[in-house]
Amino acid sequence: MCGIVGLFLKDRALEPRLGAMLTDMLVTMSDRGPDSAGIAVYGEDAGAGKLTVQSADPAADFAGLAEELGAALGCDVRLRPVDTHAVLSLDADKLAAARAALRDLRPGLRVMSGGERIEIYKEVGLPQSVADRFGIAGMRGTHGIGHTRMATESAVTTMGAHPFSTGADQCLVHNGSLSNHNSLRRKLRREGMNIDTENDTEVGAAYLSWKMQTGSSLGEALESSLNDLDGFFTFVVGTRDGFGVVRDPIACKPAVMAETESYVAFGSEYRALVDLPSIEAARVWEPEPATVYFWSH
Amino acid sequence: MSDVQTIDLEATGLRAMNAQLQAQARQTNRTAWEIVNARGAHAIAAGLDAPIEVTVRGSTGYYCGGMNQQALIHVHGSAGPGVGENMMSGSIVIDGDASQYAGATGHGGLLVIKGNASSRCGISMKGIDIVVHGDVGHMSAFMAQSGNLVVLGDAGDALGDSIYEARLFVRGKVRSLGADCEEKEMRAEHLDILRDLLERAGADARPEEFRRYGSARKLYNFDIDNAY
Repeated sequence: MCGIVGLFLKDRALEPRLGAMLTDMLVTMSDRGPDSAGIAVYGEDAGAGKLTVQSADPAADFAGLAEELGAALGCDVRLRPVDTHAVLSLDADKLAAARAALRDLRPGLRVMSGGERIEIYKEVGLPQSVADRFGIAGMRGTHGIGHTRMATESAVTTMGAHPFSTGADQCLVHNGSLSNHNSLRRKLRREGMNIDTENDTEVGAAYLSWKMQTGSSLGEALESSLNDLDGFFTFVVGTRDGFGVVRDPIACKPAVMAETESYVAFGSEYRALVDLPSIEAARVWEPEPATVYFWSH
Repeated sequence: MSDVQTIDLEATGLRAMNAQLQAQARQTNRTAWEIVNARGAHAIAAGLDAPIEVTVRGSTGYYCGGMNQQALIHVHGSAGPGVGENMMSGSIVIDGDASQYAGATGHGGLLVIKGNASSRCGISMKGIDIVVHGDVGHMSAFMAQSGNLVVLGDAGDALGDSIYEARLFVRGKVRSLGADCEEKEMRAEHLDILRDLLERAGADARPEEFRRYGSARKLYNFDIDNAY
């Protein structure tokens, strides 16, 4: 199964509540997937770059990291620890160099996301416990995506949890399974894409990132995924300013959307949407098969 | 007419609510029930077997009214996947839209969807009557065996794929027909069936506006040319 939720806010007054609304939506979807959970939050543009990193031994890995990374990069680095994750803030043009330096400084560290606005938090466990340990409910932002996983294609690990991020400020979550992920992974690696796991969804994310790096818009990348990806998928995608949805032509993986003047919301089931403000007055619909939907600020 | 028995699903819980409805005897005089706070819950009013009227306030999740016998279920909202799955008799009316595989494998009774139904509506239907006031999605009536599917709007791709013997009536456009499904002659007996179904479903349409589709009977009979 897997459960997906997504929220794209149009009304800025709701931004302080983004994390709380997403958490409630995701917890409602807990019985669609008990293995792991994750949330991507797009926060304020602070005019700097940030990397969200994860460690199996945060106390050891995070100690002194900001100073060491700052010295290696020659810029100011700040570290904000959040349970097993930490958000490193640094110059936006130093993100690639920071990833390289981290591999030397802390080989055990995993990079969850990088960009100027995105932060991804994910761990093994139920949505409520994952949301609580990171304090997701207290986070503000413009849009966000959550996922609770029932694993099919790869192991139940932190790195196998969704969302996957394979490009700056980009992320993807998936309900379904891809059948051509091995051949596509080889092709994308030859094209220079970095793919960390054996997970099918990460290949889907890397495919979209590659398309966008080579000139496609988010909408165009999603359109071409319908031809190039084989398998079942309902995807929800986040970019710096945008939010997209696409389902494969068979469309057996469920999806419900709601739109009001204040927000666009996605849920694997209507249950995830029932507590959203003015849901009674929202336009509620099921996204069509093989049809790309996206919104941007 | 007895008083309406109201059940707050949030306060009562799904199992207790369904157990109460399922316990109603066929001669019950508590014939009118109302479920409030549906909130998209799964399996609402599934497995009923008594001539009771159940009004659901709000939208429902998976398998609302599944396996229904005799009960008259009316959802004042939309329905999630598999509404009325394997229904035997009675009726289910959905005021809004229905998600995929509405009425799947249904053996009898009447399922009315006042909005649109999405993909695989009436998949493997075995005698149920389904009337959709709006459109139906792709692969509707896939492997349909018996019963009637009436669509006042349009039908998506591959209507009636691998159909056996159900009757499919569509007023609007059919994007494409599935394997072994073809347009059939509309005879007087079909107009009578359709008139009756439209009336019972509260549908404002004339039987003459519809086309009928059914099986070409080339797939399910043995044909030596189909063998390897």
